[in-house]
Amino acid sequence: MLIKIKTNLDIPSSEITDKKLYLNRREFIRAASMAAVTAASGSLGPDLLRPDTVQAGEKLEEVVKGPYSTDEKPTSYTAITTYNNFYEFGTDKESPAEIAPKTLKPRPWSVAVEGEINKPAVYHLEDLIPKTLEERIYRHRCVEAWSMVIPWVGFPLADLIKRFEPTSKAKFVEFTTLYDPEQMPGQKRAILKWPYVEGLRMDEAMNPLTILAVGLYGEVLPNQNGAPLRLVVPWKYGFKSIKSIVKIRFVEEQPMNTWALAAPDEYGFYANVNPEVDHPRWSQARERRVGEFFKRKTLMFNGYAEQVAHMYANMDLRTYF
Amino acid sequence: MKIKVTGYYRQWMREKGLMTRNRWIQYVVKPMVFAACLIPLVILIIKALTGHLGANPIEATTRSMGDWALRFLLITLAVTPLKHLLKWDWLIRFRRMLGLFAFFYACLHFLSYAGLDQFFALDEITKDVIKRPFITVGFTSFLLLIPLAVTSTNKMIKRLGKRWQSLHRLIYLIGMGGVIHYFQLVKADTRNPTIYAIILAILLSYRLWAKWIQNKGAGYRYDRLKIGNLPRSSSKQP
Repeated sequence: MLIKIKTNLDIPSSEITDKKLYLNRREFIRAASMAAVTAASGSLGPDLLRPDTVQAGEKLEEVVKGPYSTDEKPTSYTAITTYNNFYEFGTDKESPAEIAPKTLKPRPWSVAVEGEINKPAVYHLEDLIPKTLEERIYRHRCVEAWSMVIPWVGFPLADLIKRFEPTSKAKFVEFTTLYDPEQMPGQKRAILKWPYVEGLRMDEAMNPLTILAVGLYGEVLPNQNGAPLRLVVPWKYGFKSIKSIVKIRFVEEQPMNTWALAAPDEYGFYANVNPEVDHPRWSQARERRVGEFFKRKTLMFNGYAEQVAHMYANMDLRTYF
Repeated sequence: MKIKVTGYYRQWMREKGLMTRNRWIQYVVKPMVFAACLIPLVILIIKALTGHLGANPIEATTRSMGDWALRFLLITLAVTPLKHLLKWDWLIRFRRMLGLFAFFYACLHFLSYAGLDQFFALDEITKDVIKRPFITVGFTSFLLLIPLAVTSTNKMIKRLGKRWQSLHRLIYLIGMGGVIHYFQLVKADTRNPTIYAIILAILLSYRLWAKWIQNKGAGYRYDRLKIGNLPRSSSKQP
């Protein structure tokens, strides 16, 4: 049987924000009218992230090229925004894109920062986001053996952590997703233990690769991709990159992350991308890059070994999977 | 011996009526049901050609064909209970076709896994079948379907006689295999497999219950079972 796979248009990374190339007509009209609205309200500019009215898909200002970006061809905007694992909006890949834009209200948004730090507080989202954002084109590898290349817009988590002044007791960082079954209808059923929780060891959180993302393809992050604020840890399986964060806690003990709680023999705390350690139900040696027909070999640490391997030098990655 | 013309006439009408209904089923209803059974495949092909299978068309194809294999399996298993409950004897005439459609979609499900997902890499497939319990169960269920499909012709039914029935009881095992396979592959959301499991449980327990009633009731034939085990109507012939 013939399967026609839509190929992405070749967009050099320098042209990445020119969405006209692949927007369908309706999307284009929507984006154009959106731009007109924001232009009329005079809120364009570096302050775009501040107003409560900011919309997914609005262009982000002051985005500079960040380090560590891959020059591989980014996955299409359509695929990135319609093929999502976000169980808070349903367990199939299509539901988040259908439901999240209608139900999730990513503005106004605040994040509680607590635990072993000198400056615990509840921060408004806009107080956490720096004026200048970076574009980081990262490989994204899901534990389900599919992958993408995603042009995130965000900022290093390390910059933020330094601001909170963690104490010597802060060994791990724990992140929590919003819990609100009205905004996240998938939470009406106990498919996972809500709210979703993830964590990183302090050195992982401080690694220059680790970012908090607020945008995608040069625009404000769509709800289904974890608006308004999500973690991106590119050398770990996708489920570590927690979405729609409302709480950041600094703790002494290793946090219990949601998927490890749901199936401890299948999902670990570390969840480093590793072609040699199979998931009990499928192989992790290869992956299918979304939009490609043939599978490709999965790279150790998703190809980021140079930046991260040293953190696991004395660890058996089979035990700490 | 007196000849009752009216009796013969009625008989003739009955026969004629039966004949026309036979023909009706054979030449009109069956082709319609056949065409209806192909709709899932047609929809899939249209979606594939128009690029509406989402970002991961291979996964979407494999899943959709697996879903339909399991659905047709359950539909096939529902034929006999429905025949009894609704007293629609003619339903049985669709059972073979529905069963073969279950096999047809199971083949497409396996082919899309082996071909599109693994690209016929036999070593990978073999490794999967041995190493991954959900593939072991799924593949075994698929293999067990083959002898049932092969022995589905009238000739084979005649040739196997009594053994045909015992062989085709494998379908209960295959149904369970399909449902278990589904349970094994979901990550956290077991709602769908649970629904299939409940339906399968109902269909299988109905059979057990019917058997029990049959053994209890004084010699009512299983295929003539009436709800509540009523004795056959003894209305006096005029």
